[in-house]
Amino acid sequence: MTERTIRTERPWSWKRFFFQWEWLLVIIFILIHVVNSTLSPYYLNINTFIRTPQSFLDKAFIVLPMTFVILLGNIDVSVGSTVALSSVIMAVAYNAGLPMPLAIVLCLAVSTACGLFNGILMVKYKELSAAIITISTMTIYRGFAYVILEDQASGGFPEWFSFLGWGNIAGFPVMLIVFTVCAFLFWILLHKTTFGRSLYGMGNSMNACRYSGIRTDRVILIVSLLTGLMAGFTALFLTSRMGSTRPNVAQGYELEVIAMVVLGGVSTSGGKGRIIGPILAVFIVGFLSYGLGLVNISAQVLLIIIGALLIVSVTVLNVRIRKRKKKIPA
Amino acid sequence: MSEYILELKGVTKDFPGVRALDDVHFNVRTGEVHSIMGENGAGKSTFIKIITGVYTPDAGEIIYNGKPAVIRNTLDSQRLGIAAIYQHVTSYPDLSVTENIFIGHEKYNPYTRRIAWKELHARAAELLGQLESSFDPRVRMGSLSIAKQQIVEIAKALSVNARVIIMDEPTAALTNRESEELYKITENLKNNGAAVIFISHRMVDMFRLADRVTVFRDAKYINTWNRDEITHEKLVKAMVGREITQYFPKRNVHIRDEVLRAEHISRLGYFRDISFSLHRGEILAFTGLVGAGRTEVCEALYGITQYDEGHIYLDGEEIQIRHPKEAIDKGIGYLPEDRHGHGLVMDWELFKNISLALLEKFSRWKFIREDDEKKSAQELGDKLEIKAGTVFDKANTLSGGNQQKVIVAKLLTADLKVIILDEPTKGVDVGAKTAIFNIMGELAEMGYGIIMVSSEMPEVLGVSDRIVVMKEGRISAVLNTEETTQEEILHAALGEKKKVISHAE
Amino acid sequence: MQNKQMQSKLKSLFSSTENFRELGLFFFIVLISLIIQMRNQTFLTLSNINTLLINGSILSILAVGMMMVLLTRGIDLSIGSTIAFSGMVSALTVSAYPSIHPLVSLLEGTLIGLGIGLIIGILVSRFNVLPIIASLGMMNVVRGMTFVVSGGRWVSAYQMSDGFKKIATGTFLGVNNLIVIAVVIYIAFYYFINHTRTGRQIYAVGSNPDAAEISGIPKKRIICLVYVLMGALAGLAGVLWVARYASAQGDTAVGYELNVIAATVLGGISLSGGSGKVSGLALGAILFAILNNALPLINVSPFWQQAIQGLVILTAVVVNVIVKRRNEYTALVRRNI
Repeated sequence: MTERTIRTERPWSWKRFFFQWEWLLVIIFILIHVVNSTLSPYYLNINTFIRTPQSFLDKAFIVLPMTFVILLGNIDVSVGSTVALSSVIMAVAYNAGLPMPLAIVLCLAVSTACGLFNGILMVKYKELSAAIITISTMTIYRGFAYVILEDQASGGFPEWFSFLGWGNIAGFPVMLIVFTVCAFLFWILLHKTTFGRSLYGMGNSMNACRYSGIRTDRVILIVSLLTGLMAGFTALFLTSRMGSTRPNVAQGYELEVIAMVVLGGVSTSGGKGRIIGPILAVFIVGFLSYGLGLVNISAQVLLIIIGALLIVSVTVLNVRIRKRKKKIPA
Repeated sequence: MSEYILELKGVTKDFPGVRALDDVHFNVRTGEVHSIMGENGAGKSTFIKIITGVYTPDAGEIIYNGKPAVIRNTLDSQRLGIAAIYQHVTSYPDLSVTENIFIGHEKYNPYTRRIAWKELHARAAELLGQLESSFDPRVRMGSLSIAKQQIVEIAKALSVNARVIIMDEPTAALTNRESEELYKITENLKNNGAAVIFISHRMVDMFRLADRVTVFRDAKYINTWNRDEITHEKLVKAMVGREITQYFPKRNVHIRDEVLRAEHISRLGYFRDISFSLHRGEILAFTGLVGAGRTEVCEALYGITQYDEGHIYLDGEEIQIRHPKEAIDKGIGYLPEDRHGHGLVMDWELFKNISLALLEKFSRWKFIREDDEKKSAQELGDKLEIKAGTVFDKANTLSGGNQQKVIVAKLLTADLKVIILDEPTKGVDVGAKTAIFNIMGELAEMGYGIIMVSSEMPEVLGVSDRIVVMKEGRISAVLNTEETTQEEILHAALGEKKKVISHAE
Repeated sequence: MQNKQMQSKLKSLFSSTENFRELGLFFFIVLISLIIQMRNQTFLTLSNINTLLINGSILSILAVGMMMVLLTRGIDLSIGSTIAFSGMVSALTVSAYPSIHPLVSLLEGTLIGLGIGLIIGILVSRFNVLPIIASLGMMNVVRGMTFVVSGGRWVSAYQMSDGFKKIATGTFLGVNNLIVIAVVIYIAFYYFINHTRTGRQIYAVGSNPDAAEISGIPKKRIICLVYVLMGALAGLAGVLWVARYASAQGDTAVGYELNVIAATVLGGISLSGGSGKVSGLALGAILFAILNNALPLINVSPFWQQAIQGLVILTAVVVNVIVKRRNEYTALVRRNI
């Protein structure tokens, strides 16, 4: 028998280290700050970095689980509607006499239930694509929000509720703190645990995982549950910042969130990408829109920019993957 | 006029880092069947793709009908009269048979652009008639059997008056009887003046059909023989490049107590009333025609699908398996037939693939310990002699045989009693086959009960202790390997003897 | 022998379920019409049916495009935005040059939509961008552009020429122009998808995308084509929409793609590509138009509309799956092993 040993380590390669999508994001991130600081002399200020995120972090909570969803090779376009429905139900329940803390719990429960419902449909009817399931639930959830509140607004929350979206703890905005904690937990979940490993495996090959004894249905259900729960967080912070809610809140959030995940280097065909990318993308898009605000560019232009960003980054990622594939003969 | 309709001289094709074809020579006459053989990765599929215009060669020339030809794309090759029938049927299930035959060159009225349905349907019926098949060309392709779909594919080749017809592993998914039909059709084509290039893994096909045979090995051209000047051994030697002294390394293993027993298990539409027992140290072969329900039985044992009736006992205790996870936990492992789709995460590193079946073993409090994974990948990899540089090598960079060993390594991480191997040597080259049989023998010695599903008769007879023959979802015979013959198995598989034969147990 | 018998049996089973779909849809339409009629006598009057068909015509024109996209296993979420943009641009043109011929407006809108469809088509076919992502991105870009070109203002009825408004209010042989246009498009589409080579290739690409490449079907061109056609129809629909409602706004037709998808799915067009019939599509569009028209008639709050629409899509796709599973189950029973 010949003695041969498979090595367990590989040499450090500068190519592998520097040819990572995340470095590109870091460069863009720095560039945006450079441009912003030339636009406004007051920009470069520690306060900018601590305060500004409050204005864009609400949807960032959904970016975390959406990264999981897209890693699975799925997509979820119902998140914006989930935010609207849970926010509307919270407001209506509070105004009907439910104490605010319970209303908050109700909000999270509703959003989690919405997410779970998507998951159950996906697991039970595997023949259907996640796209079509969430397109229909997107319509249903938003539709229910309209049924409940019609074209009214609802608000009048207690004073302390605004603390979530506007308050500080030890000089840091509550939102930033909560987001940091959530991001850390999601990072651990994805990159350090068996759950995260299964997730990556399923994104690469659902069948190989099923045949390896991974409980794939359970993973899908957990991911959709997390998506719902985090949409509930978004609903809380968004409602707190606005002080009232309407059935049309968070319209188009699904697009922004998906755009950030894709910009973060997560492949839409599943299985490739890390969570740090989408987190960087959140801050890139956030500070970009802040910079646009400095020069008085309207929200509609931002709409164009986000749409274009999504298209460009997917295209670039696809071309990159195709180039790599060409190297291996079929 | 040249003697040959199609001739390739010194054709070479490079991919970055790999030479896929190296100075290959080939020719075929009208009215002959020329078989191409070679192990996986020998360059057969690149060769086809060059002729059909999917790839363009980097060097060498193609001569068609005595004139140099340039084939830049599939359209060029179609215009020359070259048609290919692929391994996986490439039809359109939602379209009619007629449309499948004429797709790409439908006849239509140039003014109204309407497809000339009447004419095409009639022509399709005529072509099918030529192939001695008479089904309505208006039916949906998806409603036909694979064998019939293949006939439609051949009709498609006839419809363009193809003079060179390439068949890429056409018998792979066919039953023996259907293969016989295909042989007849192929001979017909040949007698009508077509040049047929027949690519197959199966020796049977070659000896039954070919006038000449060409062997490729490691992207190189080896030689061409007339059928009457070549023997089985010579062919294997040419393909492998060495004599296989012990093709089936049968070991003498002491067979111990019963480990697994199935009693009358059934699944609607797939199998019925399956009973068998498996002992420690035993290799039990499941054979039969493709589609007889062998894989379905294994998948039910492993919890991929559920059986509707019956009982399964492991070590004498009745067990319920609702999910592969439960099967693994109880001690049943499965190597699936579709290695790429079901066995491996192709784009993943070795160590991640190996640990996937039992992640909890490589983690504490659900946190993964990569060092443990890598160490175990190294140990198992060395033990099974997986040819890889590091544990970071991706599964898709390994050869078929080594990929199969990775899946075996994955099974060995778990604490198993029973290992089910579904067509473990499918698409694996001859050298690696022997290695896999060796591993199976070792596992049997270690006391595993092993079920091997296989359609290869020599392999079944060579390595197993007992043989379960299935036919149309039922067990038609349980045989002792030492007392049985190829003929007996075949009879049981084809069901020509009515009663269940059993001289085992 | 036995095999042959079994197959012919299976065949008749399949064809009967295939026809069953359209027939079932037809009877469902009759049934639901009768129920609505019992609740409100004004439903089955000539004038209400006319309104219903006029309102349904834009939807059914768009459904034609969506059917082609779905046949190739794609989806297009951008059409609501395309409607708004093409409508806005043509309305702005008309208010600046009131004398231009209505046909020019129609052509203008169609070309704008065609351009947008071309971009999506190229992204999907050349750069392998998922259709849902490409169209989601374009949905935003185009919507943003609508606001930008209009400067956030509306174009109202008084700014449009009479000729322009006639596009939607005029009649041809006593039938409203919109209905005429829809019928003409359906006849042309029926011919195109069932009897021409390109039409059949659309089915082929959806039926087996991998095979399409080997058998020399210009797969990329076909995929690009369906988005171009979808875009062109959406562009045309944009002009019709603005003419019909006599106003062009930044948020015209927000979310209208979902109505169209719902109608198409109701018509039995499979989302996994390759199958679906024009007759089913027409029935699906009509059923959807009936639902929209009848809700106010039977005193259901208009705010229910969206929720019902979502439930309709979900029910349709789930029922589809269940029927398919039932068919598979009967096939298994028939195997009789």
